[in-house]
Amino acid sequence: MRLITRRLVSLVLTLFVASIAVYGALFLAPGNPATLLAGGRATPAVLREIERQMHLNQPFITRYWEWLVGVLHGNLGQSYVYRVPVTTLLAGRVENTIFLVVYASIVIILGGVILGVTAATRRRVSPIITVGTSIGLATPSFVAAIISITVFGVDLKWFPVFGAGSGFTDQLWHLTLPALALATSWLAYTAQLTKAAVREELSREHVETARSRGIRARHVLTRHVLRNAMIPITTVSGLTVAGLIAGDVVVEQAFGVNGLGSFLVQAALQKDFASVQAVSLILVATFVVINGAVDLWSLALDPRLRAGASA
Amino acid sequence: MSVLDLEHLAVDLPVEGRLRRVIHDVTLSIAQGEAVGVVGESGAGKSMTSRAVLRLLPHGATVEGEVRFEGRSVMAMDRTALRDYRLSDVAMIFQDPRAHINPVRTVGDFLVEALVERGDAKADALRVVTALLGVVGISDPQRRVKQYPHELSGGMLQRVMIASALAIEPKLLLADEPTTALDVTTQSDVMVSLDTQRRERGLAMLFVTHDLELAAAVCDRIAVMYAGFLVEDIPASQLHRGVQHPYTAGLLASRPSPTVRERRLFAIAGRPLSAYEVGDGCGFASRCAFANDRCRSERPALRVVGASRVACHRSEELSGQLSSHNIREATHD
Repeated sequence: MRLITRRLVSLVLTLFVASIAVYGALFLAPGNPATLLAGGRATPAVLREIERQMHLNQPFITRYWEWLVGVLHGNLGQSYVYRVPVTTLLAGRVENTIFLVVYASIVIILGGVILGVTAATRRRVSPIITVGTSIGLATPSFVAAIISITVFGVDLKWFPVFGAGSGFTDQLWHLTLPALALATSWLAYTAQLTKAAVREELSREHVETARSRGIRARHVLTRHVLRNAMIPITTVSGLTVAGLIAGDVVVEQAFGVNGLGSFLVQAALQKDFASVQAVSLILVATFVVINGAVDLWSLALDPRLRAGASA
Repeated sequence: MSVLDLEHLAVDLPVEGRLRRVIHDVTLSIAQGEAVGVVGESGAGKSMTSRAVLRLLPHGATVEGEVRFEGRSVMAMDRTALRDYRLSDVAMIFQDPRAHINPVRTVGDFLVEALVERGDAKADALRVVTALLGVVGISDPQRRVKQYPHELSGGMLQRVMIASALAIEPKLLLADEPTTALDVTTQSDVMVSLDTQRRERGLAMLFVTHDLELAAAVCDRIAVMYAGFLVEDIPASQLHRGVQHPYTAGLLASRPSPTVRERRLFAIAGRPLSAYEVGDGCGFASRCAFANDRCRSERPALRVVGASRVACHRSEELSGQLSSHNIREATHD
């Protein structure tokens, strides 16, 4: 219990530091929002007035603090460009992105683990899977996106290639190609990692013990090989899902999915500071929270880790 | 009737795509309740012999000859028969309990696994193994079964392994250097515990070790292996009176005496051969102080000499010459 508390505290600290970085980074970027808002020909007096209204003339710490208090109250700031609260702009988009990322994660973890275990335990199909995953690993998501649009969208017309759809089944149908494009290289990576982890566990002495005791091959595989291989697989899967958040930006653009990723690109181009900050913060927070969850899950999986961490 | 019979057992393992012989010819029987020590240097084929008894050989290994348990061929068993055999008849105690017990499952899980696999209720199985932990000398068994392997010392973990072997009430124990990985101070405690339980239950045992004296202390017979051959099979009581094979004599001579301080420790000359390096003659000929031309060209068969079986052309001629003193002299000449 103390261990979990300690992990949670460090998670909150990480989030805090990340929020400073997110808020600060944009102020280091070139361009002044006041100039942008005023248009090309603003007099210095007008600029100062805008800066006063938007508290841009106050020190960084004060502005950051105001922003942070707002964020904690669910107020992500006001979009300079659209002049509406950022939360309003995010509403529908967050849902699309979550759907896409969860969809891709399920494809990656299920597909990767199944392919990996098969490759490790079935000698005949192993080379085929190895070649396939090597190709998948070398395919960036934008290439996977173009190929899947061409083949499944344009030629075969099995799936739509634009938009996110509405309603669960329609969304599922619309987001299948984006999810696959997003998943390709990560799935291949997870499969190769799973294969290596399962092979490694298969050669362990304690697996020999289980065999020597007449334990059914199926039980040896689930209780000893997969159970232990879960530890590295979990760690990497967590990083994978976290990494999807970054890959999501590219895929949303390619498929015209109106999600957080495409919104981030758009907001950055328009120098819509509050929106960029809000989306960045959400992405970073998701990353940190997923990592934290994986951390706790690893503790649950590996008793040796519990001993080491509490010592 | 004997519990275990090895008949001209020969094993080849695939090494870099080629089959390599690791056991040439082992013929050995273990009677009910009898303990046989298999002794030899690393690479002599001891461990592989014990694994062959369970048909626990690496993928691609080939076996010639026969392994019989209570007359039934182990090599001919189908999957179900082999599983039942491993679940109920024979139990293996491995060398390094730290590596041979799954680190992420509790001690209790490990202990009951075979019993549950056999169809016992988990609660019953847990009662049985908890009682057994007490029997093999582990204090506070109720707490231990909930712990993980890393929370137990090596000695305790080996007792857990012994308890897991006893739990299935086998007829034959296989012990592969069960104390080698332990601290010297706990070795004898664990060995005493194993020996006591085996005797009380009247179990047969194949005890693999490189320690000739230890084997003599806990076994009825000693089977000495060299380079994949069984070279001598001798009653433990005869070990210090009349060994028949120069290699066994060499092993005895190379053990430093605790009472006499030697000027120099004795070692058998040359390096131990691997089984696949052996030519046509006797495997030990290249290191034997008594080897002649016949030894180098003709492989000696295992034959009965007195109470022993020995694979040496010259054992009759050499009888009386194989004392440790003579061996040291013969080697230094």
